[in-house]
Amino acid sequence: MAVLVQQLLFLIVLGITGYLVSRKAREIYRNIRLGKPDDRTNEPGKRLRNMLLLAFGQKKMFQNLTPALLHLCVYVAFLITQIELIEIFVDGAFGTHRFFYPYLGGLYTFIISFIEILSVLAFVATIAFLSRRNLLKLPRFTMKELAGWPMLDANLILIGEIILIIGIFSMNTADMTLHHGEYGFAVSQWLMPLFAGFSDGTLHLLERFGWWLHILTVFGFLAYLPYSKHLHILLAFPNSYFADLTSPSGKITNMPRITQEINLMLNPSSVADAPPAAENERFGAKDVQDLSWKNLLDAYSCTECGRCTAACPANQTGKKLSPRKIMMDTRDRLEELGQHLNKNGQDVPDGKSLLHDYISPEELRACTTCNACVQECPVSINPLNIIIELRRYLILEEANSPDEWNKMFNNVEHSGAVWQLPADKRITWIQEIENG
Amino acid sequence: MSEPIQVPVMADLMAKGEKPDILFWVGCAGSFDQRAQRITKAFARILHHTGIKFAVLGMEETCTGDPARRAGNEFLFQMQALTNIQTLNMYEVTKIVTTCPHCFNTLKNEYPELGGNYEVIHHTQLLQQLIDEGRIKLKEGGTFKGKRITYHDSCYLGRANQIYEAPRKVLELLDAELVEMKRCRTKGLCCGAGGAQMFKEDEPGRIHVNMERTEDVLQSNANVVAAACPFCNTMLTDGVKYHDKQDEIHVLDIAELIAQAADLGE
Repeated sequence: MAVLVQQLLFLIVLGITGYLVSRKAREIYRNIRLGKPDDRTNEPGKRLRNMLLLAFGQKKMFQNLTPALLHLCVYVAFLITQIELIEIFVDGAFGTHRFFYPYLGGLYTFIISFIEILSVLAFVATIAFLSRRNLLKLPRFTMKELAGWPMLDANLILIGEIILIIGIFSMNTADMTLHHGEYGFAVSQWLMPLFAGFSDGTLHLLERFGWWLHILTVFGFLAYLPYSKHLHILLAFPNSYFADLTSPSGKITNMPRITQEINLMLNPSSVADAPPAAENERFGAKDVQDLSWKNLLDAYSCTECGRCTAACPANQTGKKLSPRKIMMDTRDRLEELGQHLNKNGQDVPDGKSLLHDYISPEELRACTTCNACVQECPVSINPLNIIIELRRYLILEEANSPDEWNKMFNNVEHSGAVWQLPADKRITWIQEIENG
Repeated sequence: MSEPIQVPVMADLMAKGEKPDILFWVGCAGSFDQRAQRITKAFARILHHTGIKFAVLGMEETCTGDPARRAGNEFLFQMQALTNIQTLNMYEVTKIVTTCPHCFNTLKNEYPELGGNYEVIHHTQLLQQLIDEGRIKLKEGGTFKGKRITYHDSCYLGRANQIYEAPRKVLELLDAELVEMKRCRTKGLCCGAGGAQMFKEDEPGRIHVNMERTEDVLQSNANVVAAACPFCNTMLTDGVKYHDKQDEIHVLDIAELIAQAADLGE
């Protein structure tokens, strides 16, 4: 009876989680597709390689050894625990207990032991992560864009990991004690003294407690993931697959529509050949829909680690610009827009935009386009691309530019040089060198 | 006074029915800025000395549009690019060398999409090649012997174009002690000039970027900062002055270092 109730409960929770996750996943997919088209399907071999090296292999993480090793513990534990999760699902759905044990025997002991060892490492790493954030207060984790929800989000995920590990060990240790160590799991055999003297009934209850704690945390984690910065565990893969093939690169994306405009200006007879501009299409980006879908995927892939901001010359010298904030703002604005879409079923203007309401011109203007943020990102996010698109809107649509830049533009336009100097001064140095 | 040399201008060569092997793109800084003119002259002397058939556009050269594009003024950038491409294509230019990483990046990576396809190299790459081929001989005794030289990575050479080794290889020949700053190569800190920052005041902050970078220079205890970009050069020169170290630390372009070490005059 108890088994049947648990089976039913498991299936209900599974169903609810499945529904919630798929609903939010569809919403995120829809939101990303609000971005402009950008073909990133060429050279699949190279893209696959990038994905394997950067997302699967965590190549860039290893530029900084301490966090790389800590992160690796959690990452590998997460990957390998999926094997155990298969059994938990089978047991949950069919009311079995350790379904694979009779079939695998020694191999089973080996796999679960391996998971236990990794779980201990992940536990240590999680405690280290919590300390880095809350006790050591590492600069990149205490910046003001992390105040409030982002900080809580990070801590919730870490606490969730600890609960998950407690669940695994309560389950395994109670089970081991019940079966007098028959399974021979590497870590829980040392924990058995903790449960010594407990009655079989208590042990059984503890085993069930651990099992349910584990699986409910997994379900909770899944349902929570799409709302969290932690979504990077999934999106790091597509994001590095679709990343720029040369990254970082000094090349800034071209605007073919400007070329078209210039051609029309120089050769008015070509008006008839030009395809009409799409309605409401802007030069540069004012809001998230003006960015490319890859910029939006970038925003959902960001785990707010702040390596970009720590490397940013503007941020390091006290300017307002933070590449991480650019990514967080993009995601927040996109989520806000998504909520409007959910409510109204269509894109009703809400009078707000990414530019000005979230990101100020002052932040954008502090960027030196040095590519340090792009270089640093472990999952191939490109904040510079968004900065440039927003700068384009400021200049091309709002004519919003510092006076000094206007002067520079004027000089370039009128004398072909960034400074106000006549063209014949360009050859002064030649005259000097020819005269010795 | 140094020995006078001839700098061929493209239009004059064309009139004589000649074509250079390589076009030296001088850039606005290299043409107008008095400090950067010294870099231009040093590099022109090297080109002259090695007998490379080069030419400059002279008055026909205009801004590549780099700062306009990065400020967000795509319209102005493309106007400049299309004008320059017209000039370059008219002269059937196939190979370009430039002493400015910003011009280098724009000509190499951004002009092709607008119809300008050239082989573009940075002067540090050409210098490395010339030295490898034995075409530049440095003076016996070593002008920089006993000096500590540190190289400042330009963002538009390094991260933007993955050129980290050529400038360092050239410096290795100077028989000086090469030291790295704590932030170098992919981690190199910007001088603060890129992205059209050169042409406006900084946004409010704690310190200017060039001063922050100069602190790395001071920590390295170098006597010479080797730069490979006229804008980095200006920024670091100002930074060194700000720290009142201009008598102890000299900011020099790699072309200047080589011209001095090869005794080619200033």
